[in-house]
Parts: sequence; C-alpha cells; structure tokens
Amino acid sequence: MQKLRLRYTKRGRLRFTSHRDIARTFERALRRAGVPMAYSQGFSPHPKVSWVGAAPTGVASEAEYVEVSVVEQVDPEALRTALDAALPPGIDVIEVVQAAGGNLTERIDASSWRVELDGVSPEELAAAVERFMALDQVLVERLTKDGKRTIDVRPAVVSAHVEAHSSDAGHDEPGLSQPCGILMTVVRQVTPTVRPDDVLNALREVADLVPPVPAKATRLAQGRLDDAGRLVDPFAQDRGSLATQGAPVAGKQQEERR
Amino acid sequence: MTVESVFPRLEPLLPRVSKPVQYVGGELNATLKDWDETTVRWALMYPDAYEVGLPNQGVMILYEILNELPDVLAERTYAVWPDLEQLMREHDVPQFTVDGHRPVGAFDLFGVSFSTELGYTNMLTALDLAGIPIHAEDRTEDHPIVVAGGHAAFNPEPIAQFVDAAVLGDGEEAVLEITEIVRTWKQEGCPGGRDEVLTRLAETGGVYIPRFYDVEYLPDGRIQRVVPNRERVPYRVFKRTTMDLDAWPYPKQPLVPLAESVHERMSVEIFRGCTRGCRFCQAGMITRPVRERSIEGIGAMVQKGLEATGFEEVGLLSLSSADHSEIAQITKGLADRYEGTNTGLSLPSTRVDAFNVDLANELSRNGRRSGLTFAPEGGSERMRRVINKMVSEEDLIRTVSAAFANGWRQVKLYFMCGLPTEEDEDVLQIAEMAKNVIRAGRQASGRNDVRCTISIGGFVPKPHTPFQWAAQCDPDTVDDRLRKLREAVNSDRSLGRNIGMRYHDGKPSLVEGLLSRGDRRIGHVIEAVWRDGGRFDGWSEHFSYERWTGKAAEVLEPLGVDLAWFTTREREELEVLPWDHLDSGLDKEWLWADWQDALDEREQDDCRWTPCFDCGVCPAMGTDIEVGPTGKNLIPITPVGKGSPVRNPALTNT
Repeated sequence: MQKLRLRYTKRGRLRFTSHRDIARTFERALRRAGVPMAYSQGFSPHPKVSWVGAAPTGVASEAEYVEVSVVEQVDPEALRTALDAALPPGIDVIEVVQAAGGNLTERIDASSWRVELDGVSPEELAAAVERFMALDQVLVERLTKDGKRTIDVRPAVVSAHVEAHSSDAGHDEPGLSQPCGILMTVVRQVTPTVRPDDVLNALREVADLVPPVPAKATRLAQGRLDDAGRLVDPFAQDRGSLATQGAPVAGKQQEERR
Repeated sequence: MTVESVFPRLEPLLPRVSKPVQYVGGELNATLKDWDETTVRWALMYPDAYEVGLPNQGVMILYEILNELPDVLAERTYAVWPDLEQLMREHDVPQFTVDGHRPVGAFDLFGVSFSTELGYTNMLTALDLAGIPIHAEDRTEDHPIVVAGGHAAFNPEPIAQFVDAAVLGDGEEAVLEITEIVRTWKQEGCPGGRDEVLTRLAETGGVYIPRFYDVEYLPDGRIQRVVPNRERVPYRVFKRTTMDLDAWPYPKQPLVPLAESVHERMSVEIFRGCTRGCRFCQAGMITRPVRERSIEGIGAMVQKGLEATGFEEVGLLSLSSADHSEIAQITKGLADRYEGTNTGLSLPSTRVDAFNVDLANELSRNGRRSGLTFAPEGGSERMRRVINKMVSEEDLIRTVSAAFANGWRQVKLYFMCGLPTEEDEDVLQIAEMAKNVIRAGRQASGRNDVRCTISIGGFVPKPHTPFQWAAQCDPDTVDDRLRKLREAVNSDRSLGRNIGMRYHDGKPSLVEGLLSRGDRRIGHVIEAVWRDGGRFDGWSEHFSYERWTGKAAEVLEPLGVDLAWFTTREREELEVLPWDHLDSGLDKEWLWADWQDALDEREQDDCRWTPCFDCGVCPAMGTDIEVGPTGKNLIPITPVGKGSPVRNPALTNT
C-alpha cells in the first residue's frame, strides 16, 4: 500500500461546490482515471481517501489537500496527470507527493486568504481593517444548524492588509470597472473555524462595511505558521526539503473560463 | 444573432441561494456548442429541481442524440427553486440553460419532459421567466416552439393552452423528425410563419398540435367530440415507438453532475415496455410492446458508461427488469466482469418470486445485503386479482424466507391504497402480510432483528389504462384506511416494532388525479394556482392542497363541473374521454373489457410468455414484441482494473 498526498484547487464556478460535491467528484475521477484505489474492509467498503479540512461552499481555493491510498505502486506525477485530466476544469491537481510519514493534518494550522470586495474602495476597506486589527475582541453571530452562535473572530486573524485591484473580468459591466479593495489575511485554524465570511461580518460589525455584491474569497495557501508568521508548505517534508514557501502570488491564480 | 451567456448576471446571485452548484452546469460529459454554427437549437427541460431532473434518462438521451447532429444544439434547463426565482425576477435574469447559460427564449424549440403531471406549474414558471408568453396563442415566430413529451403527454389536454405541441411515446426518432421539419422550414425562410411549421408537424400524424383541434362539450359537462379545425391535420395522433433498442444505445456518455442527485448511479435500460398487464400501471400500458436490448448491447453500454462516468453503481433499468429473457446470464456476466472493482449492480426488483432472490444474491455477491424490494401492490388476494398483479401470499412468504435465509435483513414491500373496489379489509391485509413476513424472516434467519418496511402510495387512475374509467377514492377514505392500517400494524408490538410504515396522506393524489384525467378546462385551474404562487407540486413542503381545491372551485363551478366530477366520478363506457383522439395503440374496447374483468376479479396473462390477448398495440402500431433469448453470453473482459473498473496502463504496468 502506497499513500499519496495531493494538492488541488477549486477555481472559478467550481467554488460553488460543497465539500460533499468535491468528495463525490474526486472518487468518480479516481475510478475513471483507473487509479488502483485501496478500499476499506467491512460491510460497506469505501475508497481510502482522507480529506484535510475543506474550503466552504462558495469559496475558491488554490490549496486544498487530500490523501489517497493505492494497492499498487504508482508514479506521483503520472497520477497527477491522469487525475487532473479526469477531474472537471477548475478542480486542478497541482502537486502529488508520496507521503514520507507523519500526519498531514498536523502540518496545517493556518490559511492565507484573498478576499475580493467588488464595489468597496481600497481606502474604505483599509480603514475598516485598521479598526478591526486595533481591537482585542470582535464578536459576530453565525447561523449554524443548531441556531445562532457567537464567535470571537479577532484572535484567529494573524495578519490582514489591503491591496487594490481593478475589477475582476467575471463581473465586468460597463462603467463598473473602478478599483476594488482586496483583503489579504492569514487566519489561524481554531475551533470553531473562522471563515472569510466571519471576517467580513466582523468588518461590518466594527466599521459598517457592507459590500454591494457578495465578496469573492480564495484560499491561497495552507500550512503551519512559523515564528515569522509565514506559512510552511505542508509538503516540504515529503519532498525531502525543508524549504519554506510564502503564499503564492495573486497573479498566478488562473480563473476557469468557459 | 449572437446569444450571450447570462452567467455574469447570475453569478452574483448564487452566493445568496441554497445549493448554488446546481445552477453552474459543468457536468462531466455535458456538451457546449457554438451557437452560431448551428441551425436548429433545442432547450430541453425536466420541470423539477436539478437534483431530480439531471438523472432523468429521457432528457439525457435526447440531449445526446440531438447534440450528435453537427448543425443542431441542445442544452438543458431545470426548475429553479423559489429563492433563485425571486432574485432572477428582481435582477431581470431570464430562465437559462445550465450548459451555456443561454436564455431559453432564444432557442427554436423548448422541449419539456413530463414524467408526472405535478411539473405543470414549474413549466409555467420557466416560460414566464424566459419571457415566453404562457399561452401558446400569444406566441410569435420570435418565441420557441414549446413541445411536451414524457408519459404525462399521453393526456396533454390540461396543458393544451400552454404548449404548442405534444409528442406521445418514444422520443429518439421523434426529435430528429421534428428537428428536420424545423430545419427545412427555417432554411426556406420560415414560410407561412408559426402556423405553417406547426401544421407541417401535425401532418406527420405523430405530433399533436392542440390548437388545431376544437373540443365540444355536452350540456352535462362531458365532452361531445374533439375535431380538427383545419385542413392537413389528422383526426387521430399516434404514439411513437422505437423498435430496435440496440440501434439506440443511449446515453452513451451519461451526465455526471457535480451536485448530489436523487440517483447516484448510472442506468442502462435493458428493455422498454412491459406486458405484465398491471391494470393501474400507465407506464406498462403506454410503452407496449416489450422491446429488449440484447445481452451484448447491455454489456457494451455498462462498460462504456463506467469508463465515461466513474459511477460505483449501475442500475439495470426497466419496468420489470427480472423479466428480461436473459436476465440470469446478464447478471452473472456483469458480476463476473466487475468482481473486485467495487462496482455495484442493482435491479429494480418488483417480481415476487424466488428467482428474483437468486438474481439479487448474484448482484450482491461482493457487497452488502441490506434490503430487497417487492411490490405486491394489493394487500389482499382479491385486490391483487382486481389489479392483475398475480402473486399469492404463499409466493411472497416463500420468497422472503429465501431472502432472509440468504443473509438479507430487510424487505421492503410496496402497496397502493384507494384501488377500485377496495374495502377496509383489503388494506388491513397489508398488516397481516407484513407480520407474516416478520415471522417467516425470524424463522428463516434465526434472528429477531429482521425488518419489513411497507410503503403505501395513493392510487391515481390514469389515462390509457383499464382503470381510466374508475372513480378515484376520496382522500378522507384513503386517510381513514391508512390510520386503521397503522393501528393494525401496531396492535402486536412484538411484531409491529419490526415493521416500518411509510405513506403520504391522500390529498396530493387527488390533485394528481385531477391533472391526469383532466381536460382543457383544467388548464385554467393550473394557471390560477400558478398565479397564486403554486410551484414544485411534487414537493410536500411546497404543495398546497387548499390552493388547488380553492382554485378548482373558483374556476370550475361557473363551468358546471367540479373537482369531484373529474376525480371521484366513475366514467361510463361511451363517454368521450379527453384523450380518445390520442392513440396509444391500445384498443379502447379491449381496455373496457379488461376493466370489466377487473371488476369481476379476473386475471389476465402476460403476452410475453402466453399467446396474444389482443390489447391492440402491435397491429395498430405495426410492431411486435422483441425478446430474446439470443443465446449469447457476456465474455469477461480481462483484465479489469484493481479498485476501479477501468485499467490505466499509464499508472500501473502490471
């Protein structure tokens, strides 16, 4: 049995998939690609696929992680190519490594996010972020299956700053291509999870910031925070190097276009 | 004319609605063509939520057949939930296809597939959102031709004012013929306008154009006659029958959605039609004769489908799959072929006999044995003679004993309530049967924890069946019988605690009955209900009985008829039924004779195994039953993959 670790994306309109949608799509793609999957024993055998966190529905990601086990040795790069071809455009397999032991979940304790706020000026956004960062505690309410729940967003936010960007081509409407504010933030994975939505709600709480159209969030990277507040690539040990890697630059992000 | 995608306008709305993934398209095996490269363009709709509509085989088949033509484009659209409908109205986003997100109003044809009448209000929503006038008479050449198909189209009279055309029967060849007529008409420069193209469709004899027929009524509200109101239009419209299923191996590339759907498997239709002759079953009557797909054709479809989809389960679909003349070879061949690949096979099992248990054992030899389903339909022996479901209680007990002895732990039994001539006792027999199943199961398995679930649906008389004349049982009687049945099940706790009971109250069935056997006057009720907010009538959380009864009273009373007149009234032999001019091939005299046999509790044999009983279909349609055996076998394809039904040499070289 061989264990492989995969990093994949959730781009473009595929961001509307839920984690369950992704899981089903993945399992079918593994079968179509002819991956010799290992199956669990027992009454109702399941392919051995373990998921590491998952970006929420509606949120895009450049860095999602999953582990799969196979019963025959496969070449990681061949698997990457075959699986990527079997997956819909937008779920793109970026890297596959053979697991060098250890626990992948323990190598991830934070995410960096890029949140595009169409119709919000960079100045307005920066002011809200500044006010938010100056506080010790920002409580927001979140609707869960069990009713309303109050969470403190502030401690989870490690860093936040604002970049400016001309409006995304997907939303291109004549006369609307003014610069919009982009929030770049690193958020620690705590319980309960603080999502980009919660951070935006916190900005509304502290600065009355209400985007005119729904914001578009993208997870850029996941990893373990080092002392300098940077994310350590979770595959670094599997690759046999200990290189650290910052968040991928925004320009590298490819939107799925059909 | 360039048609733009509405996706940029839709996208900002999606974070605000539930399950947005259902609106983004991008299914595996979907086709997206260049608009300007095509001549004839179809929008195909299944008028229910995406999760129900996407797996529909009919739409999937037509979508693929049409897209195989180089100059034809077909895209799919589904009913949007009320949350998105409201936002679409606010932001002026039209009904769109999920393939190209193109506005439905821009297509040449808008085909709507009705498996059930409960989709009628959803069609009106789609038309309205698309900017297409809901009344056919208000449409111009700028609007699509609205074509209804599916089983409900065998009585399209209730939606006659909303559709331009209806097609009865198999769609494979019909859509190609319609496409050809529209293509020619367009290439000629649309001579004679909309009227001319509809007349050309009517001339084929296989496309019903409701507006070309006038309905005359008698003073008592019954129909006097239905007659064509112009030249070139036939008196009767015939159903279409695709004879050689092996020549139509569709879907070749089944659609695989990103979103979860009601059928998480791929389906291969192993035969079409049914000759069992269950008198309540409209599908069994209108899809005659039986036409089998060959064992080799089935094997190839399963193999190609699994490669194209990656599904973990294959359903061998038909109205009574165990009746295929080579079903034992098919199931064994497929089970051998896919052993060790974690591929499940399933058979909608309705026949109650030991043979069925053998098949189920074969299909589950590598997997779990959870539940087996049988459909005795009637609780008492007498009731089963009335409905022509020939199965004795001894058969059933023998069958379930075999199932429990083979490791099955649960048996699901399907019944109907409200059948013609039914008394309380007939329904109470269901409780006795379920208890006997538990007793037999405990004995056969040596365990106490066996389960039996009884699932009960309300009977709705349907057009083109021997029960088309029957009085529908009123909802109060149905509900009362179900209450008594529940008491009877629970009367003995030692058995009752192992029996589950699932049923719906009788009210939705009455509305379904109104829509099933209604005539053109019911169109006004549908419209009134829709205008009052009626949507998604197949969903209990959206269905409103009060709205339907209220609007029915409002609309029908001035016409001298009412809800009861259409539903709980028994029809007489010579009454002109609203669908009499639509020919399913069944001889009306034979249907009446079979109805009389039902009342006399006389059974009718299956023409597949016994001589022809003259239902009329084969001579009227120029068809014949097409069954095996072919004597062929499935050759095991070796090697198949490990942990996957597909072998990829690029990954593993063993």
